[in-house]
Amino acid sequence: MNASLPAAGTRLFLSGNDAVARAVWDAGCRVAAAYPGTPSTEILEQLSRYPDIYAEWSVNEKVSLEVAFGATLAGSRGFCAMKHVGMNVASDALMTITLTGCVGGLVIAVADDVGFSSSQNEQDSRYWGRFAHLPVLEPADAQEAYDMAREAFAISERFQTPVILRLTTRICHVKGLVTPREREIHVGAGFEKNTARWVMVPAHAKQRLPLQLEREAALRDFAGESPFNVVLEGSDKRIGFVASGPAAMHVREAFPDAPLFKLGLSCPAPIEPIRAFAATVEKLVVVEETEPLLETGIKAAGIATHGKDVLPRMGELAPPVLREAVAPLLGEKAPPAVRVPLRVFPRPPTMCVACPHLGVYFTLSQVRNLSISGDIGCYTLGAGQPWNALDTCISMGASIPMAIGMDKGRGESDGNKRIVAVIGDSTFMHMGMQGLLDAVYNRANITVLLLDNRTVGMTGGQDNPGSGRDIHGEGAPRIDFAKLCEALGVNPERIRVVDPYELPTLFRAVRDEVKAEEPSVIITNQPCVLIPEYKRSAALCVDEEKCTGCGNCVDVGCPAISVIRRGKEVKPSGREVDLAWTRIESVACTGCNLCLRTCGAEAIVPWQRSAAEVQA
Amino acid sequence: MSEVTNILVVGIGGQGVMTAAEILAEAAISLGLDVKKTEVAGMSQRGGVVSSHVRFGKRVLSPAIAPGEADILVAFEAAEGMRWCSYLKPGGIAMVNTLRLAPPVVSLGLFDYPQDPVAEMRDAGVNVHGFDAGAIAKELGDLRLVNTVMLGAIADHLPFPADTLKRCIVDRFRARKPQLVEKNERAFEAGRAVRG
Repeated sequence: MNASLPAAGTRLFLSGNDAVARAVWDAGCRVAAAYPGTPSTEILEQLSRYPDIYAEWSVNEKVSLEVAFGATLAGSRGFCAMKHVGMNVASDALMTITLTGCVGGLVIAVADDVGFSSSQNEQDSRYWGRFAHLPVLEPADAQEAYDMAREAFAISERFQTPVILRLTTRICHVKGLVTPREREIHVGAGFEKNTARWVMVPAHAKQRLPLQLEREAALRDFAGESPFNVVLEGSDKRIGFVASGPAAMHVREAFPDAPLFKLGLSCPAPIEPIRAFAATVEKLVVVEETEPLLETGIKAAGIATHGKDVLPRMGELAPPVLREAVAPLLGEKAPPAVRVPLRVFPRPPTMCVACPHLGVYFTLSQVRNLSISGDIGCYTLGAGQPWNALDTCISMGASIPMAIGMDKGRGESDGNKRIVAVIGDSTFMHMGMQGLLDAVYNRANITVLLLDNRTVGMTGGQDNPGSGRDIHGEGAPRIDFAKLCEALGVNPERIRVVDPYELPTLFRAVRDEVKAEEPSVIITNQPCVLIPEYKRSAALCVDEEKCTGCGNCVDVGCPAISVIRRGKEVKPSGREVDLAWTRIESVACTGCNLCLRTCGAEAIVPWQRSAAEVQA
Repeated sequence: MSEVTNILVVGIGGQGVMTAAEILAEAAISLGLDVKKTEVAGMSQRGGVVSSHVRFGKRVLSPAIAPGEADILVAFEAAEGMRWCSYLKPGGIAMVNTLRLAPPVVSLGLFDYPQDPVAEMRDAGVNVHGFDAGAIAKELGDLRLVNTVMLGAIADHLPFPADTLKRCIVDRFRARKPQLVEKNERAFEAGRAVRG
């Protein structure tokens, strides 16, 4: 065993994600794959640091599931992790893998971003268990995440079924005390050909359906006896709760004296034990994040219960939310808020100082008559102030196909508007390439801005096929985006590679390419400022005597630039103009020179560190 | 519920909020307590708000601190103190670094930065102590000491001895940057001196 790894039996302070990683390794899993996505990213990051396990960043979630599944055919244990929307992408594979089942254990961790910390929607991934007839485990804290991730492999092998480990933000990103157990070693017997099982043509697939239903019935019995489904006694029997995942912790905290049926293996739901539990309390309340799945199943079984009739339908639950919602059922009044929040300006996420995307959005904000179809990544922030230069964001890779539709489906006011799609390198490889192929094939008149910053920036800088490194940071083949676009059929004359810090060049490239009457691609080629490839230059500052207050540099949107004074000027024409004198936080500045290129007064100059500051 | 101590550490991505919370958690773990710590960190490296919730006691269930439940609020930036002070319970205390960091929406003139965040908190009935942790750190010769100054400032408001927290800080630096142990000890004591 690796000397740097804490031994089994040690009490560790781990996040849910770290606990899952440790459990996957301790379960003797051989192959683990994922595409980064908040809040699941750290699981594979951690796993890549363990020895004796193959770990990869896959190009998308469907690929990660297929890689993990492929390993299980040989009897090896396989694992993949994704955020909730990732399962939408992986589901095409999932819905048939559930028919074949697996040989080695297959565990799929799906992390729901309940409360929208960093996602485009809120989904309840427990639905996949119902949809695909798969067991769903719902840990309530980091130790349970460890225990259930390990047990998931055993359940998977016993029933030859993929198992969903359903996590939420408050599992993934909550640290708690975890004690890992001894590691197991699993060696697969090797792949055995079996056409009837692994080749899902209609005749074969039809044979698998009854087996799937038998498996589900067996799992329902198993869930009824699972130690993960337990009744926690309580003396106050006015209300009994049924809850799963983190919601169970909130219930126990808000109502410590109430009986609680805590579900860990929540699908298939152990309906008969719940019926027995319901008979021991006056009222039943089902508490779950976020959709009323258990509630619907319980009601369908003829058991009277409360649930979403009193509880919120969306967002994260918490003890005060529960107390307030349940109070009327107890004939009580909800406790009033202790304090009223003070009003403060919002502090939305911003692009980083010197981010190469700043140049792109500054440029797009200066070009008129554009509709800009956006995508998912840091660059989605281009929709915000001061650029207002991104008009849509739906799903991974949607920018290019939507641009095609915007071009082909022009309405009356669209006239000769130019259609631009903006997409990052990772998103392009995840699900964007097909859109570009479609644009070429169907002769769409769009311009694609492919922002290659050589990393998956939004999730904290993971590697991808464009970074030249694998998940371990080792050298890996690096994709050439210009060649890739050419291979997809884009006219080589319509592919440009541009430095996004060179504003005039970028501006001309955008202006010229949007005029072209065929698909064109502009690739920006500067790295994310948070990865090793980024090279800082000498910092800048504003020469107060030269600054005219024109405010052009503010439009770059760099967070190192702030306004120190405002004023107004009346032009000879009589027009009144707002003025803003600025300063640069030179300590934060990395000298990308974007602001300098917008300054007509030459007031942005190299920063001379004062003697006192050098000393500090 | 009173057996659980709730500490809310807030600031802006990159300020060291998560490290400070981690050290508080380590201190509680060293006393054999149950601890949970949570934050939403997805987009925080891009200048957004960071809040880290540390809860410790004999047994901690729910991970997040709810409004009106925090014993201590540690704010690394003044306006962030205002944003989060409604999380304090009656009798809770706010230790606020008076550093003012205006986001781009303020620079663009879309919003105003409050004139005196500490005074506004006080007017709202919050038991608040504002101080310039950056100035203290600079005086000690290193701006990066702000984190330790902030921890020092709350050290005498914790349900365990200040030395437990100090020992965790010292151990951390001894393992990683032994040359900074002494500076951090001084920063911790300087923080304690302003505890209010």
